[in-house]
Amino acid sequence: MSNDGQNHADRRSLREKDDDEDGSDVALPGASLRLSRRRFLAGTGLTAATTAVLEACKPAAVGGAGGKGAEVAGPGQVPVTLQVNGKERTVSLEPRATLAEVLRTDLGMTGTKVVCDRGACSACTVWLDGTPVCSCMTFAMDAVGRAITTVEGLSSGGALHPVQQAFVEHDAAQCGFCTPGMVMSCAALLQRNPRPTLDDVRTATSGNLCRCGTYPKVFEATLAAARRGSGGSSGAKGS
Amino acid sequence: MNRFAWVTPSTIEEAVGALEPGALVKAGGIDLMDLLKEGLIAPQRLVNLRAVEGLDRIEEKDEGLHVGPLVTLARLAANPIVQGRYRALADAAGHAATPQIRNVATVGGNLLQRPRCWYFRSEAFVCKKKGGGRCYAHGGENAYHAIMNNKTCAAVHPSATATALLALGAKLRIAGPTDAREVPLETFFVAPEVDVMRENALGAGEIITEIVIPYPPSEAGSAYLKQGEKESFDWPLAEVAVLLERDGNRCKRAIIVLGAAGPVPVRARTAEAALADKVIDDATARAAAKAAVQGATPLEQNAYKVTIFEAIVRRTILAARGNTA
Repeated sequence: MSNDGQNHADRRSLREKDDDEDGSDVALPGASLRLSRRRFLAGTGLTAATTAVLEACKPAAVGGAGGKGAEVAGPGQVPVTLQVNGKERTVSLEPRATLAEVLRTDLGMTGTKVVCDRGACSACTVWLDGTPVCSCMTFAMDAVGRAITTVEGLSSGGALHPVQQAFVEHDAAQCGFCTPGMVMSCAALLQRNPRPTLDDVRTATSGNLCRCGTYPKVFEATLAAARRGSGGSSGAKGS
Repeated sequence: MNRFAWVTPSTIEEAVGALEPGALVKAGGIDLMDLLKEGLIAPQRLVNLRAVEGLDRIEEKDEGLHVGPLVTLARLAANPIVQGRYRALADAAGHAATPQIRNVATVGGNLLQRPRCWYFRSEAFVCKKKGGGRCYAHGGENAYHAIMNNKTCAAVHPSATATALLALGAKLRIAGPTDAREVPLETFFVAPEVDVMRENALGAGEIITEIVIPYPPSEAGSAYLKQGEKESFDWPLAEVAVLLERDGNRCKRAIIVLGAAGPVPVRARTAEAALADKVIDDATARAAAKAAVQGATPLEQNAYKVTIFEAIVRRTILAARGNTA
């Protein structure tokens, strides 16, 4: 949607230093010792995220033409504040921007993957107020005022979320593209049902496509995380 | 995707007032997002209904079940009242799309979504629905297309909740620039022979404000079954909703609706008549199912759907019998 010549550099926002740690969707032991693909790309300036600070934004037009009192924003850039993983982040975006684009491009949080970009694979799953949604099918405007949790927000104080830890231990990632979405679906399941059955896990991940076919390991890891009994109490920020 | 303004009304009146030409209503935004990304629509403004008070209620009162258009498919599927007395609707909502989509997609949007025919959805094909001269599914790749009423346009209607709501006798309350109106769902959908460019009778500047489902009669039960290509999530190859009103073992009245069969949901009236006054058992369900697919006009690649429909109609009738209160 944004490859129509519009200059993306226009809508960069402040990139906080902790974004660099958005990290690996599933951190692998020893990964921090190596130069990751992401850090290499970030270092060369090839990722969308830059360090440009967002300049003061014009306020949204309110009560403009038509609408009889209804608030009107855009079509140009509007400043909005999103609550991402418990932190307030102010970005300037056009109303057409998807949440996935804003997370990845404006906030540099590339843990959330965009694969099909049509809501058919769920790789882009994030939580809005604790509920899994496809960020590629969500207008960022619709996320204003709601708690956004991304895969980066699952770990706390350097400790992986039990589902992430179990994914590592049970080798539940192959190529890894579906993994952040899988993790978000499975962690949300444990949040609302700490003692799921295999069928519950299957249902919770029924929208998540894995073309490597690693479903059995995903199920195994999630059930293992549940057995460990820490799913419900883990500290997902901002949910 | 083109750029558009984002309008946030807080009342129905403000929303209707904001619906000037070039504006589109947004509820969950799922189908809208799809159409925008594909370049099939280019609105000047989206009128976001999410802040409008009272559009996301589920209440049983007065005439029956009142469902706000902004109720998500997930909430509909999980609601105990819907699961109890309006079972076909709960099962239709609960088996549409993926969990992620059901958490956002609304019942109003589900009813109004555009067809998923891959020719319609591709910018590259200017089919009749886009003002072109032909239906590319005819003589094209039509394995998933309509097996009934498919002469003008072979797209199937995409709404699972429409299939169930039609069986349950729902009506829509609609607000617009003139007086509010009420439309039985039965007359809401528009066949391609009437107007191929649209699938329903919602006028410019109109908004669905409520879906009303009458209390099911006593000794009535409903069911919805869907057959897709895979178990996890898929569009239906065939889906069927049945409302059965019984008198003891006998069928007093049946409403049988086929989804994913034609360009708009299909009432299988011959099947309904075949079941009326009969004892509902495997033999009569089988006969009704046969009647339901009589007159089907499959295309080159989708005759297999006729067989599936026959099986699913039979199973749904028996499931509705089992669900009778």
